Amino acid sequence: MAGLELLSDQGYRVDGRRAGELRKIQARMGVFAQADGSAYIEQGNTKALAVVYGPHEIRGSRARALPDRALVNCQYSSATFSTGERKRRPHGDRKSCEMGLQLRQTFEAAILTQLHPRSQIDIYVQVLQADGGTYAACVNAATLAVLDAGVPMRDFVCACSAGFVDGTPLADLSHVEEAAGGPQLALALLPASGQIALLEMDARLHEDHLEQVLEAAARAARDVHALLDRVVRQHVREASVLLGD
Amino acid sequence: MLKSKTFLKKTRAGGVMKIVREHYLRDDIGCGAPGCAACGSAHEGPVLESQPLDRGSSLCPQPHYLLPDTNVLLHQIVNVWRPGTWASVASSLRPPGSLETYVEQKQGENSNDRNDRAIRVAAKWYNEHLKKLSADNQLQVIFITNDRKNKEKAIEEGIPAFTCEEYVKSLTDNPELIDRLACLSEEGNEVESGKIIFSEHLPLSKLQQGIKSGTYLQGTFRASRENYLEATVWVHGDAEENKEIIIQGLKNLNRAIHEDIVGVELLPKNQWVAPSSVVLHDEGQNEDDVEKEEERERILKTAVNEKMLKPTGRVVGIIKRNWRPYCGMLSKSDIKESRRHLFTPADKRIPRIRIETRQASTLEGQRIIVAIDGWPRNSRYPNGHFVKNLGQVGDKETETEVLLLEHDVPHQPFSQAVLSFLPQMPWTITDKDMKNREDLRHLCVCSVDPPGCTDIDDALHYRELANGNVEVGVHIADVSHFIRPGNALDQESARRGTTVYLCEKRIDMVPELLSSNLCSLRCNVDRLAFSCIWEMNHSAEILKTRFTKSAINSKASLTYAEAQMRIDSATMNDDITNSLRGLNKLAKILKKGRIEKGALTLSSPEVRFHMDSETHDPIDLQTKELRETNSMVEEFMLLANISVAKKIHEEFSEHALLRKHPAPPPSNYEILVKAAKSKNLEIKTDTAKSLADSLDRADSPTFPYLNTLLRILATRCMMQAVYFCSGMDNDFHHYGLASPIYTHFTSPIRRYADIIVHRLLAVAIGADCTYPELTDKHKLADICKNLNFRHKMAQYAQRASVAFHTQLFFKSKGIVSEEAYILFVRKNAIVVLIPKYGLEGTVFFEEKDKPKPRLIYDDEMPSLKVEDTVFHVFDKVKVKIMLDSSNLQHQKIRMSLVEPQIPGINIPTDTSNMANNEPERKKKKLEK
Repeated sequence: MAGLELLSDQGYRVDGRRAGELRKIQARMGVFAQADGSAYIEQGNTKALAVVYGPHEIRGSRARALPDRALVNCQYSSATFSTGERKRRPHGDRKSCEMGLQLRQTFEAAILTQLHPRSQIDIYVQVLQADGGTYAACVNAATLAVLDAGVPMRDFVCACSAGFVDGTPLADLSHVEEAAGGPQLALALLPASGQIALLEMDARLHEDHLEQVLEAAARAARDVHALLDRVVRQHVREASVLLGD
Repeated sequence: MLKSKTFLKKTRAGGVMKIVREHYLRDDIGCGAPGCAACGSAHEGPVLESQPLDRGSSLCPQPHYLLPDTNVLLHQIVNVWRPGTWASVASSLRPPGSLETYVEQKQGENSNDRNDRAIRVAAKWYNEHLKKLSADNQLQVIFITNDRKNKEKAIEEGIPAFTCEEYVKSLTDNPELIDRLACLSEEGNEVESGKIIFSEHLPLSKLQQGIKSGTYLQGTFRASRENYLEATVWVHGDAEENKEIIIQGLKNLNRAIHEDIVGVELLPKNQWVAPSSVVLHDEGQNEDDVEKEEERERILKTAVNEKMLKPTGRVVGIIKRNWRPYCGMLSKSDIKESRRHLFTPADKRIPRIRIETRQASTLEGQRIIVAIDGWPRNSRYPNGHFVKNLGQVGDKETETEVLLLEHDVPHQPFSQAVLSFLPQMPWTITDKDMKNREDLRHLCVCSVDPPGCTDIDDALHYRELANGNVEVGVHIADVSHFIRPGNALDQESARRGTTVYLCEKRIDMVPELLSSNLCSLRCNVDRLAFSCIWEMNHSAEILKTRFTKSAINSKASLTYAEAQMRIDSATMNDDITNSLRGLNKLAKILKKGRIEKGALTLSSPEVRFHMDSETHDPIDLQTKELRETNSMVEEFMLLANISVAKKIHEEFSEHALLRKHPAPPPSNYEILVKAAKSKNLEIKTDTAKSLADSLDRADSPTFPYLNTLLRILATRCMMQAVYFCSGMDNDFHHYGLASPIYTHFTSPIRRYADIIVHRLLAVAIGADCTYPELTDKHKLADICKNLNFRHKMAQYAQRASVAFHTQLFFKSKGIVSEEAYILFVRKNAIVVLIPKYGLEGTVFFEEKDKPKPRLIYDDEMPSLKVEDTVFHVFDKVKVKIMLDSSNLQHQKIRMSLVEPQIPGINIPTDTSNMANNEPERKKKKLEK
């Protein structure tokens, strides 16, 4: 089948990027005053909103409280208008639950939960527009929101997806590239230490290629880190001006 | 990070989905001109020549680059482009994603107009950009388009623009380029009579509608070789009825050309016709003889037999043209000074083509290539243009080129891109190469091949083990180590599919460095191999099979004769000789086992030419000799192939590349059984085993060659063996070898199938990594399709080459008489085989312009009664062989009967006279 040519002979992708290039990232912190922390991120056409409450006392059943660390509670939802075809339910379906679980694992690895025993941290993420790489956008938004909330973390968690086309790893896949059906890998990285918070892939890829795809994803995640770092510094500078320091 | 600007393109697909896509415009794409400071280091990929070396054009004397538009590029570039003639702007055209030249589709503008505008914008940008290069820069970009509006607009915008014709005509140094222009312009047809001959082709959309609703049928158009007014269309799809539709008459053929995919409408039953048995060649020179054509068509129809009527139709439209450049010769126009001539293709299924050339007198008697440009409704012949001159007719080089081209054998030298993937010389085995590889250099490995073989892809070893068993190894050149999946080298070899062996030439599948050096398992050098090693007991039962990548060092490269001599020699007792003896012993047991299972030993007359070392003309013919060692090597190769097939099928049940040989339908054997019956022999064909047994029994003490003849006939009954993907088929059986599973593993230097099998096996044993295409059964099926096609074509090319050399041989030899056997009996001819030359030919009993002899054909017996003499299959006759060069384009060997000495039947003298007369008459004809 003459499918879409994902990588041209000249080395350009469908949207004009080269293999290792990210989409344009724009982010803002502190978008909602009501929540403890919030952030909004745009990665190309993927747009996500993250809100953080906590650390606060356990809500609901006390039995859920952990004696030695904080409970990280993540909820993922995607807006009914986020995709080309209107969705029925914004959250609670299998995919959302799975995503929530993945986010929780990611942030349990990054947040210094042992500083807040018997308490709870809530992270709510909503995808407003989906164009590939939703997990990565959610993690990046949530990182900014957690930072905005002032919850201590080991490091930024920066996530990026990577795919594999014609023997070349592609960073930050768009929806078109994801839909083509090649293998896709999602990586959440703690950039300073290079530790992996989460690595997920559910397609077939020969292990000989795994390393280079992983490497491409890690490089992209470091690029994301540089950008997020700039956003955070900018935000802090603005905030301190407002406070009159 | 790069700066990027985002545009949103919103499109509605199917009116339901809204697709939002980003498009990043880049500012880092260089112009490609060397020394351009503005673009700096942004150059990548193809670069413009710094000083375009165009021959002087009278239209624009200063140096310039050319920027052809899409249509010019598609239709003309192949014809006129030669390195150095056209600047390489085309290949380095700025991708549409660059910031300055991005053009958005305007409201109401269709995409073609947008593309035209984009090219104009690019041309303008280039002109301005090149001015910036330096103040006194004379470089210009000239826009070439054949579209009048486009040209006008370009000139309005200040871009120098010409049509292709204007520009090529202005190239005063190269007048011959004009001939090569595809004549698409309307002026090209002015001379035609305005009369419309053909009905209009339906547009594709209507055709598709019709095909869906069943009013039209889609099929491949196959012109008839014998009759230019007749063709058949093979209908695609599963419908059992109407598989084959006959098209008769010029108007019904409606400009379809052999191999086109066409849409056909069935005619009402009362207009159905039967395939005519008349041979008709288009010979008229005059173009206006449409009425005459109709007369001829009527001749066809009168010969109709009511019972034989077959579905008949007419071509209503062309779905896909499958034109390619055709080889052939020019038939010069009778009118002097005329520039229009007809071109007669070598392939009789292709109609003659009208071309325009000023060099007709130089092209006469030359083999040339012509491409078709189109076939207007009012023209009797398609229009085309001259592409290339191959050389003098009858010249060996030229004829070889023609037969390669006509059989679609890719034979161009390997491109730079392909060669760039070859390993650097001097090459040695590195430690990295030895990863996942066993060192078997200490083993006593040797190879046995035909004399003069430079691409040795197999070697063998044999040693006795301590436990009393023996170890036998087959070592195959590890070509897949050098040809990595997906690169240009891999793609090129996949395209070629096989090495083609012609009589005095070899068209390699892989570059020579690999085929004759790095992959060739020559003696006393370290080579990489893929080994298949068995542990066997002395009765040749396999106890253990092991596959491994290895490094070997062959101790001897022997020829079959040398190996045979060593085995037979009483004095030699070295390691190599002893292993050869061991191998030979095992091979005999293996062969016996195989034959007991029902493997067929078939026969085909194979000949080898002795070439004159200087002129390379054939000076003698010799049928191939078979030695014990041939079958020894063959036995182990078969064993290796079967072992590998089992292994890869076990590992990859869905996408193993295997080879099968389907059992022929019983009707195929009819001719063999009948022929044997005429000699009072019985051939059983219910299973391969019974066929093999009955062939063995079929022997006649008075006629020792009979058995060979029967085997030759049996070979003709067989089906073609084919490659297939195991996931796409469920019948794996190899009929000829009587093996339930089979593949090709042992000749990766000359067959691409083996390379795929090597890769599969390497993955199966964990020695190499896989890649997505390897485990995609549809891709694999595509590869198989191409390989089957290439193998078939290679075989045809090989036969054509043998036929050509046979002609050369008889040309030098003059007329000879030889003994021959009748292979087939036809209605008006007998097909004979001359064992001495392995040559097959037809003796006709009907001649043009002569009274027909009384012929009685008996289908049951296969026999033909000519006057009073009866010819049976396998009868011995004597024929005269000579070269008929009355038709320059199709020279052929002509045979005529000299002595029909049929054992058991007395020959009346008058018949023999008649037979004797024939050659004389023919000679007269030649002298004319």
